[in-house]
Amino acid sequence: MSAEQGEIRYLTPPSVEIKKKKYCRFKKNGIKYIDYKDPEFLKKFLNEQGKILPRRITGTSLKFQRKLSVAIKRARHLALLPYVTDLLK
Amino acid sequence: MQKQYEAVFIMTPVLSEQQMKEAVDKFKAVLTNGGAEIVHEENWGLKKLAYPVQHKSTGFYQLLQFKADPTLILKFETELKRDERIIRWLTIALDKDALAYAEKRIAKRNGQAQAEPEKVNVSENTVNKED
Repeated sequence: MSAEQGEIRYLTPPSVEIKKKKYCRFKKNGIKYIDYKDPEFLKKFLNEQGKILPRRITGTSLKFQRKLSVAIKRARHLALLPYVTDLLK
Repeated sequence: MQKQYEAVFIMTPVLSEQQMKEAVDKFKAVLTNGGAEIVHEENWGLKKLAYPVQHKSTGFYQLLQFKADPTLILKFETELKRDERIIRWLTIALDKDALAYAEKRIAKRNGQAQAEPEKVNVSENTVNKED
């Protein structure tokens, strides 16, 4: 009987999203050096126009965001990544 | 004191394979004559550029990793700048983490180089079967 009382039934299931905690993938995987020679990997941190994604979206820590931005800029200089583009992915 | 550096440069696609090798040898000579020791080199071959550089959409990529005195870098970069065959270059000093990464990369590439001949043999075998 107590179980019936405790249960609240909804007509539509409540749309409460369980927020997935963001994490820094460099810290998690123990990556210490971000290679500028690997454009395929760096593309994960760019949007379609080739802009660097902010930390609040990727969850990268400040330390690695700085290193990442240097790596991306080096890759751009060497024409491994575009400075501006449409539909990168 | 010598430091480890890594240089990547892009050569024009106008060059033939032979001319490209000559250009690479020239820059290796510049380094070794200046007292540098070349640790590792990679030729990535003709690659497509992400955007046109000097009206060219492709280029030969070459990577050199070397130990050198910091004073040599200025000379090396001047040589790169003066050479018409070079359309882009980047020289960076390798720190502790970068060195660890570079060593891993070298080991991996050496492993691949050993594995590749086997692959070639396999493909040859399949070709023979088809014949």
